[in-house]
Amino acid sequence: MTGTSGSPVLEVDDLAVQFTRRGEQPTRAVDGVSFSVAPGETIGLVGESGCGKSVTSLAIMGLLPQRGVQVTGSVRLDGTELLGAGPRTLRTLRGKDMAMVFQDPLSSLNPTVTVGTQVTEVLAEHRDMTGRAAQDEATELLDRVGIPDPRRRLGEYPHQLSGGMRQRALIAMALACSPRLLIADEPTTALDVTIQAQILELLRELVQGSGTALVMITHDLGVVAGLCDRVHVMYAGRVIETADRRPLFATPRHPYTGGLLGSVPRLDTGRGTPLTPIRGSARDTIPWSQGCAFAPRCDNAEDDCLTEVSGSTVPLEADGLRRELRCRHPLHATPAAAGAPAGATAASSAGASAGSPSTGSSSWSSSEGQQS
Amino acid sequence: MSTVDQAPGDPLLRVEGLQVHFPIKRGVLFDRTVGHVKAVDGVDLSVQRGTTYGLVGESGCGKSTLGRAILRLSEPTAGRVWFDGVDVASLKGEPLRQIRRRMQMVFQDPLGSLDPRQNVESLLAEPLRAHGLGGDKAAISTRLRELLDAVGLPTAALRRYPHEFSGGQRQRIGIARAITVEPDLLIADEPVSALDVSVQAQVLNLLEELQGRLGLTYLVIAHDLAVVRHISDVVGVMYLGSLVEQAPAEELYSSPLHPYTRSLMSAVPVPDPEVEDHRERILLAGDLPSPANPPSGCRFHTRCPWRQETRCDDEVPLLREITLTPTGAGALGATPAAVRPAVGGPHLVSCHWVEEIHDGRLQPKSPEEVAASQGVSIASGDTGHGTDPLIAGVDEPVGFH
Repeated sequence: MTGTSGSPVLEVDDLAVQFTRRGEQPTRAVDGVSFSVAPGETIGLVGESGCGKSVTSLAIMGLLPQRGVQVTGSVRLDGTELLGAGPRTLRTLRGKDMAMVFQDPLSSLNPTVTVGTQVTEVLAEHRDMTGRAAQDEATELLDRVGIPDPRRRLGEYPHQLSGGMRQRALIAMALACSPRLLIADEPTTALDVTIQAQILELLRELVQGSGTALVMITHDLGVVAGLCDRVHVMYAGRVIETADRRPLFATPRHPYTGGLLGSVPRLDTGRGTPLTPIRGSARDTIPWSQGCAFAPRCDNAEDDCLTEVSGSTVPLEADGLRRELRCRHPLHATPAAAGAPAGATAASSAGASAGSPSTGSSSWSSSEGQQS
Repeated sequence: MSTVDQAPGDPLLRVEGLQVHFPIKRGVLFDRTVGHVKAVDGVDLSVQRGTTYGLVGESGCGKSTLGRAILRLSEPTAGRVWFDGVDVASLKGEPLRQIRRRMQMVFQDPLGSLDPRQNVESLLAEPLRAHGLGGDKAAISTRLRELLDAVGLPTAALRRYPHEFSGGQRQRIGIARAITVEPDLLIADEPVSALDVSVQAQVLNLLEELQGRLGLTYLVIAHDLAVVRHISDVVGVMYLGSLVEQAPAEELYSSPLHPYTRSLMSAVPVPDPEVEDHRERILLAGDLPSPANPPSGCRFHTRCPWRQETRCDDEVPLLREITLTPTGAGALGATPAAVRPAVGGPHLVSCHWVEEIHDGRLQPKSPEEVAASQGVSIASGDTGHGTDPLIAGVDEPVGFH
């Protein structure tokens, strides 16, 4: 996809996060997650609530509490190891080289401080800008993320901004130092669809314009389909399928990915198109050490899904098509066979969408060709 | 019941000119009313027996208030609600209680709407006792088992408490509670938006199955257009307190006509990269204006890419029937518009320029141009915080429940 040149900005290798509470069994929220992001690339971490996607992002940023939390593995930002780095080092990196946008903009902004102060704070900390220069830069930043009348907004408090505005202000703060890595944790979940479209368009432009690596954490497969180059689907703390955007949606191979796609009502399919939900709920899991965590909900599950294998669990296997899969009984029998239908399905659905009526002639904006 | 005999073609629910205005009060010693939030401002709709009417719109558009006003959980300021030929607004006391048995509600947050200290048995039996239904203990017990079976929960659930269930199971309890008293109309306010996607599908399928089995009529309120399309026969789109478009679902989704509906549909992400890469996107300028101080004329004119110099700013467009030859103007025309759906009905749109926009005689502007042409009114209209924080507060989504 776009600008995958050079070495990756972020490399996460075998990241695991374990929460311990006295008198209770330790909980593994994240269990051996590995991925990397190249400059200008957007990757998606997808999964339902409780799958560990947010904990992954907090572990990368070093924002998890010290007590009762064990983080193991390796997280490298431009080759610098972040795990085990001191708070001082992290402070200089956070906000400058890596930044984060959270789901709920109201609770991540300080309600007692004006937006202007919060933006200029970042500039003072990392770029030694103060006074007039910082004000001008802040105005510029707010303007860049599409906040009208930015100079007036700088003097206002977070509660005076609407939800979409607040999220824009947060993005402006995150971009203040042109970070190499931006992590967006459900940045549009709290917003209305029309505002969501504005924010996604903004993120898309920013990544393309600056070569920032973007990690998009979301539960919304629609957002992933439009934005991410590469997708990692998580379940119960592990990545269960990794693939490029198109093959993943054309031929999901893990039963969970397939199940997710089958459960989402789509805007372009009519009434009566049956939904095929996944059985049970995310509570019905078994520990990975005893087999596949998804087995209790899986229609493809067989006996060997529930057996422990050689100390490890079902491994994440590469199939040579830039895809990785953690499943013994995937949806499409063999990787070789899956390759052909992948292309065929992609072609046929491309044909269908091209043939579908479009008001392209009367539209001013189209994102065609932006992704490819 | 004082029910007038109804022809089968008559709608079960008819809403006429419904308005719900909330006063904005301020003052230290005495509350003065300084304005009104026009949450619902003149809505007409009707729902046929055994069908589903889907109401969509963004937060703050008044869709939840409308649902509550139909049940008289919020008192309407003006307008009428006819349920099975009875004017609900005129009822008081016992007759109102009686009619409420026949119109039940499913809420968004099942944990918040179920008493944490009642077990499922008590939760489900309560509506039966309140309405004097169900008979003796044995009969109630049988009925509860039937209900649990209908919503797909094990009998063992009876002895358990709401916190012991997952979100999807809780929503099943919420639905079971609503259908306990054998209602005719079920108003579901965001029934699946609090649930994980894999569980959403289960609950949607359950709602469909129950409709088929019990002949229920649904009014489904949701912000998710894909969910609404999936279960609705007729869909109404609300913007700032009024309906801007209403049509049979297939027709609305294959050829949306109102500029707001078109932009709303183009904004919904589709989980398919092939579609995502090639679809038209109509981005809107700015945010929803404050319903305390709605724009004059067409309420959408401050954000509309097709706004014209004449009429839009000062003349309120009426909801009128549009018959256009299907030329395939749809954003996502998966099915041809020519196929008439089982549940028909006119295609109603409130826009002065529908025909011109449809024909392509009017060209849309970019959000930057729209914002520029609006100038002052965007800056003051979208938030209005500079002058009045109290009024401004109402455009927060949380203000509408």
